[in-house]
Amino acid sequence: MSAVVALSDLLDARQIWRGQTLSPTEGDQPTGWPMLDAVLPARGWPEASLTEILLPADGIGELQLVLPTLARLTQGHRPVVLIAPPYLPCAMGWRQQGVNLQRLEIVAAQEQHVLWAAEQCLRSGSCAAVLAWPHQADDRNLRRLQVAADTGRALAFVFRDRKHLANASPASLRLELATPPHTSIWVRKCRGGNAPSQPVPFDPSQRLSSEGWNPAAMPVVHQHRPRTPDSGPRRNHARKKQNA
Amino acid sequence: MLWACLLLPHLALDGVLRRRPDDSPLVLVDGPLNARVVVAVNASARQAGLHIGQRLTTAQALLARFEAIPYDASEVDRWQQFLASMAYRYSSQVALLPHAIVLEISRSRSLLGEWPTMERNLRSDFAALGFQHRMAAAPTPHAAYVLAGVSDGQAVLTHEAMLRALDGVPLQYSRLPEYAVDALPRMGIRSLGQLLRMPRDGLQRRFGKELLQAMDGLLGDAPAGLDLFVPPDAVDWRIELSHEVENIAALVFPLKRMTGDLAAYLSGRDGGVQRFALQLEHREGKVTEVPIGMLSPERNAEVLFEAARGRLEHVQLPAPVLSLRLIADDLPGFVPAGRDLFDERPVNALPFEQLRERLRARLGDRAVYRWGTTIDPRPEHSQRIAEQNENLLEPRARPTWLLEKPIPLRGELRILVGPERMETGWWDGGAMRRDYYIVETEQGQRAWAYCAKDEQTGWMLHGWFA
Repeated sequence: MSAVVALSDLLDARQIWRGQTLSPTEGDQPTGWPMLDAVLPARGWPEASLTEILLPADGIGELQLVLPTLARLTQGHRPVVLIAPPYLPCAMGWRQQGVNLQRLEIVAAQEQHVLWAAEQCLRSGSCAAVLAWPHQADDRNLRRLQVAADTGRALAFVFRDRKHLANASPASLRLELATPPHTSIWVRKCRGGNAPSQPVPFDPSQRLSSEGWNPAAMPVVHQHRPRTPDSGPRRNHARKKQNA
Repeated sequence: MLWACLLLPHLALDGVLRRRPDDSPLVLVDGPLNARVVVAVNASARQAGLHIGQRLTTAQALLARFEAIPYDASEVDRWQQFLASMAYRYSSQVALLPHAIVLEISRSRSLLGEWPTMERNLRSDFAALGFQHRMAAAPTPHAAYVLAGVSDGQAVLTHEAMLRALDGVPLQYSRLPEYAVDALPRMGIRSLGQLLRMPRDGLQRRFGKELLQAMDGLLGDAPAGLDLFVPPDAVDWRIELSHEVENIAALVFPLKRMTGDLAAYLSGRDGGVQRFALQLEHREGKVTEVPIGMLSPERNAEVLFEAARGRLEHVQLPAPVLSLRLIADDLPGFVPAGRDLFDERPVNALPFEQLRERLRARLGDRAVYRWGTTIDPRPEHSQRIAEQNENLLEPRARPTWLLEKPIPLRGELRILVGPERMETGWWDGGAMRRDYYIVETEQGQRAWAYCAKDEQTGWMLHGWFA
């Protein structure tokens, strides 16, 4: 690298990413969680792009995070598609959250078809949002989804294990859910702005029932735990069993 | 009355050519085995000097490599039937004449536009299907048939214009009985106009009634005597492949033509297809059947093709395929999906139905579904896969008015939803066993009513869906 390269040449070649060129535009896709909206550059989900949600375990409120959005979107014309959800969606529960089941399509796909199906749905332009639970997805796969979401003007949500946090991702927004005692959302990456240094407090139980839950008042049930190392509720336990 | 005539001079050849992707020299041959004669040639064979009427041996001497396919009259009939069902889209009165289709168009005029518009549409339809044609329009079907044979694109809209146009037509193009056409020139009568001016009684004496009837039919003085075409209610088409096909990829082109034809046929009868089958025929009469089912009736060529190809790609061929057959006997009505005028979707968005069929073709027929709730409180039974287009009314809907005390409900009732069984309260002495229904009364009121278990009599009104 002995040659002197003019800065303007480099910029003209468009090989350098310049942060300020992406102006944060306010989108039209509020998450339904005002505190989260407040820290996101688009004041909601980034439009027509991929959001990656990283989880330490299943069932810590990852659906509560998106359900207000799904409830809103399923009132429209375009359907919301779930691709290879790890469990059966409980119809009553989704309905209680305001989701119109008529507009909720579920696609049962095997492992190797999940990404293909997600891309097809996103690219088609006929879906409002696509939620996928891929197991193996690398940087290139996710980039394809990102491009497809942009082409089809749809919201894409990918739910993955937290261990993928260390890998780079082309997603416009990366959220990491932290488990109790401090349930919160870490914004790990957001295009068009800096990720906040503090987590966003997040209480999924507040929407679950009108009475609310009071964990403090509930008795704790202690169970004998078998000593095998592989027991206990783990992520995607259910699907592994189905495949076996 | 205005009749259009579509003359199909190369029907047999077009039917063969349209299912092959390339333009290699090809001829159709007919006649006894030892004296085969060329009856049709395609463009590249004609360039090489082959022509109709040539002996096959002469043709082989002229050109080293070309394909000779036996002429099949039943195939020609089949194509004519197919094109007639296409033309059925334009008129309810379609009839078949030798190598031609005639259709009455004056009644479709307000719907489909005047003749120039309709001519353009017909031509583009037939060209898209790959059939060469000549077209004419006249007040009688036989006149249109004659004019189409003389020149392409002639339209005479009034009776006088028709007489003028027919006046100069040479007798050999008049499509009158052959014995008359042979004999009349010897009497110095060479054109239709001359013949029409001849005294009728003299003609009748010499040629019998048949010639006069044909002339009257031509001019519209007598009924045309056509048997109107009725489109068949089922599709059963077969394509003979030119060689044995061992991989699925080689079936894609003929399949595309077939599904395209199916789409054209379906829009001709304004219907759709939900289920059809492909049969891959092997040697010794063995058949691999590929059923194709869609969730709702479709008639878009792309959708049909994609659905069929997706299913076909999963097929393991047990033996080479000799021919391809498409069978569709269940042709339900087609309701196009409603669209918003101000569609919020992107410009080139795929309709969701098409996306759904694409996913099902690859992932399996039961891969795409929706959940609906049932009235069963047991979690395992509380939801089930909703049938397509099933409007799952909220089964546990509750009325907005409740009667303090249920009263008998009389009169004609129509059950909208139900039953929802309530069998509860046995533990506190207030046991009840009721089937609740949402019913509509004669006045259009929606009532919440119940009756005893398993009996749909003795209705008791308990609430109103006000």
